[in-house]
Amino acid sequence: MPKYKFLEDVAIADIAYEAYGKNLNEMFENAALAIFELSADIKTIESKEKVEIKLEHEKIDNLLYDFLSEILFLKDSKYMVFKDVEVSINEKNKKYYLTSILMGDTINPEKQHLENDIKAITMHMFEVRKGKNNWIATVVVDI
Amino acid sequence: MEQNFEKPKDVKQISDVVWEIPPSYKKGMLVPARIYATKKLFDDMDAGVFNQVTNVACLPGIQKYSFCMPDGHWGYGFPIGGVAAFDSETGVISPGGIGFDINCGMRLVTTNLTFKEVQPKLKELVDTMFKTVPSGVGARGFVSANKNQFREIIENGSKWCVENNYGWKEDMERTEGHGRIEWADAEKVSSKALERGINQLGTLGSGNHYLEIQVARAENIFDGKIAEKFGINMPEQVVIMVHCGSRGFGHQIGTDYLRIFEGAMKKYKIEVYDRELACAPFQSNEGQDYYKAMACAANMAFTNRQVILHRIREGFSKVFKTEAEKLDMHMVYDVAHNIAKLEEHIVDGKKKKLIVHRKGSTRAFPPNHPELANLYKDTGQPVIIGGSMETGSFLLVGTQKAMDETFGSTAHGSGRTMSRAAAKHKVRGEELQKDMEKRGIYVKATSMPGLAEEAGFAYKNINEVVDTLAQAGISLPVVSLFPLGNIKG
Repeated sequence: MPKYKFLEDVAIADIAYEAYGKNLNEMFENAALAIFELSADIKTIESKEKVEIKLEHEKIDNLLYDFLSEILFLKDSKYMVFKDVEVSINEKNKKYYLTSILMGDTINPEKQHLENDIKAITMHMFEVRKGKNNWIATVVVDI
Repeated sequence: MEQNFEKPKDVKQISDVVWEIPPSYKKGMLVPARIYATKKLFDDMDAGVFNQVTNVACLPGIQKYSFCMPDGHWGYGFPIGGVAAFDSETGVISPGGIGFDINCGMRLVTTNLTFKEVQPKLKELVDTMFKTVPSGVGARGFVSANKNQFREIIENGSKWCVENNYGWKEDMERTEGHGRIEWADAEKVSSKALERGINQLGTLGSGNHYLEIQVARAENIFDGKIAEKFGINMPEQVVIMVHCGSRGFGHQIGTDYLRIFEGAMKKYKIEVYDRELACAPFQSNEGQDYYKAMACAANMAFTNRQVILHRIREGFSKVFKTEAEKLDMHMVYDVAHNIAKLEEHIVDGKKKKLIVHRKGSTRAFPPNHPELANLYKDTGQPVIIGGSMETGSFLLVGTQKAMDETFGSTAHGSGRTMSRAAAKHKVRGEELQKDMEKRGIYVKATSMPGLAEEAGFAYKNINEVVDTLAQAGISLPVVSLFPLGNIKG
């Protein structure tokens, strides 16, 4: 099963993708990896710095929206691009709690092949759903 | 709510270039949708446009029609090219009708240099500005401001620039709303948005943003008198065009308020077809807070384009060893194409205050409109339509017909017709760059795949888009501008 797939004929000026995972943790990781790949050639990024993200929400789709938006916030405020990610989600009292470790480096165009400066995660077609044996998210990002 | 991506069957043709989709197309449509396009553009429009323009027609308080301009294409929330006006008392405001890149817009600057004078120095000019106007992922701007200064900037826009030697006094009257939206309130902006945008003043961004050196050739002047009034007054005159917006600052404000509005919709019992159309009554606390925060982003974008102009003037001045004033580097105009504004329009014969949303649409006010500076009272407002880096752009002028028909709005660009992925499959960035250089267009980009995504073939034919506008009379062509040198994010 692929980690994610870009949907080429959706929202043509922007970029749409589906992310997959056998559980929520894996699907969140893969949704983040798609953002990393859109931002830079991840082969050119080193895992030098670690950033932790902690978030909570009652709704799983809003948790994913906030998680992906946080990655864009880190790009512009801390000048970070990433290559690896680990996500752990726990459900307690009808609320989801996310802890994530992101590995990456400070942006440096001399060393890294940088690509799209993603503006935002849109809510257009945004969805988190459970498939037969996996979790699937549809995401459209504003380029 | 289910989305309908089918092309409508019962479309009414209103004129050669206006097509109407009746409210029967979709449950909940309060007004018909109208698309401005030649038959070819209409037939080629992607299904996303029909879905999105009719989704907008369902939003509370919408007036007359939900419009899409000829450059329209599938966006998020509104279609790109979308125009909709809502009753300011009973209607809504929607961040999805403005976009995350609040006040993304165009700026056009003249010189008194000719193609022959610029051509030998073209590479030097592009290379100089590629260094001094940072672009791409993680670019840091050259204007340093602390948090208090940044708050001052987002409330004052171009006024701050002129007071701090980043512009000429005349630049302000040549900017939409004098480059300062007065209802901006920094208190309505999150600390995250401040943090994200504070170091980005003077950066281009990426995607379809650019800084371009262009030539106005005699054979491409459609209205000599107005061209002259706009400062295009000599053969083979070189001009500079900038396309960019409010950077991460605006993007974060859009993100913050989209989430706030999701909650507000439950409170106000509003349902929409697309979550990106999240909205709130304009008069509600949420609606007013967003309107004030959006204005901060708009001011940041005016400031961004103004300080970039400062760099352009410095660059030309350095390369030609002449002061920018002596090079007549006057602004023609700066216009927003992602914004919502409270404006007065006539509805059913009566003057009414409306909250006009333009997403990928340019304001096109007619001669004598009270919001225009004296300079353009006789001509009407300059309209800047940015085309692809291969095929060129247009300068047009606003009309009374736009005021009467489309809430004083027109198109904003040539409009994409091919996805980014499809464009990259067709050409490699390096190949395109070499090919363009052979044709006399020198382009520099921070990302080669990003360059390929912006190839001319990925866009509609801009001449056809402008023909639609001219036939409809919602803005009239003044001059088309051909690219010579381009900096892409």
